[in-house]
Amino acid sequence: MNSKTLPYLLLAPATIFLVVFFLWPFLQIAWLAFTTEGGFTMQHFQTMAGNWKFWPTFWNTVILAAIVVPLQLVMALAMAQVVAKLKTTRNTILYIFTIPLGLSDLAAGIIWLAIFEQSGFLNSMLVGLGVVDKPILFLGYQNLWVIFIAVILAELWRATAIVMVILVSGMGLIPKEYYEAAEVFGAGPWKRFVKVTLPMLKPSIQTAMILRTIAAFEVFAVVVALGGTTLPVLVGETFNWQFALNDRNVAAAFALVILAISIAATLVFLRVLRTPKGATL
Amino acid sequence: MSGAVATADKPRAVSDIGAAGRFLFWAGVVLLCAWVLVPIYLLAVNTLSSPQEVTAFPKTGVPSFDMGSIQFFLSFEGVLKALWNSVLVAVLTMILSIAIGAPAGYALSRFEFPGKATFRMLVLMTRAFPLPLLALPIAVMFIRIGLDDTPIGLALVHTTLAIPFAVLITFSIFSGIPLELEEAAWTLGCNRLQAFQRVVLPLVLPGITASAIFAFTISWNEVFAASVLTVQNRTLTAFLLQSLSVSPLHLRFAGGAALVIPALIFIFAVRKYMFAMWGIANR
Repeated sequence: MNSKTLPYLLLAPATIFLVVFFLWPFLQIAWLAFTTEGGFTMQHFQTMAGNWKFWPTFWNTVILAAIVVPLQLVMALAMAQVVAKLKTTRNTILYIFTIPLGLSDLAAGIIWLAIFEQSGFLNSMLVGLGVVDKPILFLGYQNLWVIFIAVILAELWRATAIVMVILVSGMGLIPKEYYEAAEVFGAGPWKRFVKVTLPMLKPSIQTAMILRTIAAFEVFAVVVALGGTTLPVLVGETFNWQFALNDRNVAAAFALVILAISIAATLVFLRVLRTPKGATL
Repeated sequence: MSGAVATADKPRAVSDIGAAGRFLFWAGVVLLCAWVLVPIYLLAVNTLSSPQEVTAFPKTGVPSFDMGSIQFFLSFEGVLKALWNSVLVAVLTMILSIAIGAPAGYALSRFEFPGKATFRMLVLMTRAFPLPLLALPIAVMFIRIGLDDTPIGLALVHTTLAIPFAVLITFSIFSGIPLELEEAAWTLGCNRLQAFQRVVLPLVLPGITASAIFAFTISWNEVFAASVLTVQNRTLTAFLLQSLSVSPLHLRFAGGAALVIPALIFIFAVRKYMFAMWGIANR
């Protein structure tokens, strides 16, 4: 075995695996969504978009992502800045901040259910403080916006950690000479953050935003745990069409919509947060 | 790695901000820690309370250390089997993703060859895709070849989720071992395999273990594909999701705790590698 063929042999299992379980199913989804009995059709997309639930579902998903992801960026930047200033307690605090990273979205949903359900901790606190007389049914269809807020909080709680981890690793790559130089020229902490940290972090911010936005479009278990089917989202509807309505073609069309907005968001972030040539470290 | 992060970014030490600023800073730190820890604590309170207390109102926020909810959960039909399935699928995912991902990571870190860029592209592409949705056509494929509703079938799909991470993490780990060490072993009479076994493997083992644990966690936490691909052999996540609308609150909370506890342990075990793998994987 020489070093010409060895790398290919080493890569072969992973390549075969990704072709069989990634590229091939992807082609099948496209096939399912665009064909009927072998011929090309847009019928499944029409069925999907014609359903009264489609547009509310679509906007719920997009608006959730549009609220959650920017807030996560701000929170993660704050957390990363805090971590950067710590000395002895750094590792402990960092571990605490990263805990939610390992938790399932379903677990996060259940955790926030403990807070928001009718006999839950939020109601206990509100009644205890005398804000309300009796517990409120937060997670009912009458209070759709509360479910929305609960989902946002659960998502912020669970998935900000991954953004923070990416940003903290990115900050570690910024040479400290840059900060020293900025300080020599009289830049205060805020100015250093805006003029040094943020521009230098751009590639990390880009990665984090792409990763998080795609994941935000896939939101599913959190929503089911907190609101059942009251607040429909795209992946939930995909599931619904596949199993409850038994229409695999429409489910595939939904999957392609999620894929399309994921790719669109990726392209937007690649363009908006691009690093100019020659400006990399 | 974490040492490098600590020294490279030091805008200003806490000590030279004023007392008021310092107070605000630490208040912020405490607040952020509370934001992460309090919800987990509240889940623990509910899990360690009797079923009656879970639905009672108002809540005290202090656990009674009653094992009623946990006993109910463990004796509930299908729970133990679901737990076992979750462990089985996660272990299979762990083995598969390392067995398949680590050689690729090694090849990427040690060789220059035509097609390398294409492979990297393929791996990076998977991250721009909502992967769990691919379970839909795979379900049909599995029925055809008899892998439907089996732990190994689900593990294959979870491996697809874990492989990009396994490749990128092992790539960064192997890249951290100087090639000179391997070359030294070759000059001392080892062949490539022996050099790998005796020199590289002991050095990378902790990192490989971390990425294996990470793969376990990915599988353990995954909901959508698990729900699509299993019917009789449900994993814990699929089981909980399916029973959300019909099961009593104390079952849901105990189930949530069962999902959280292993994840907490695993994140603790791999905390050292968390930053190393993202710092490099992200460029």
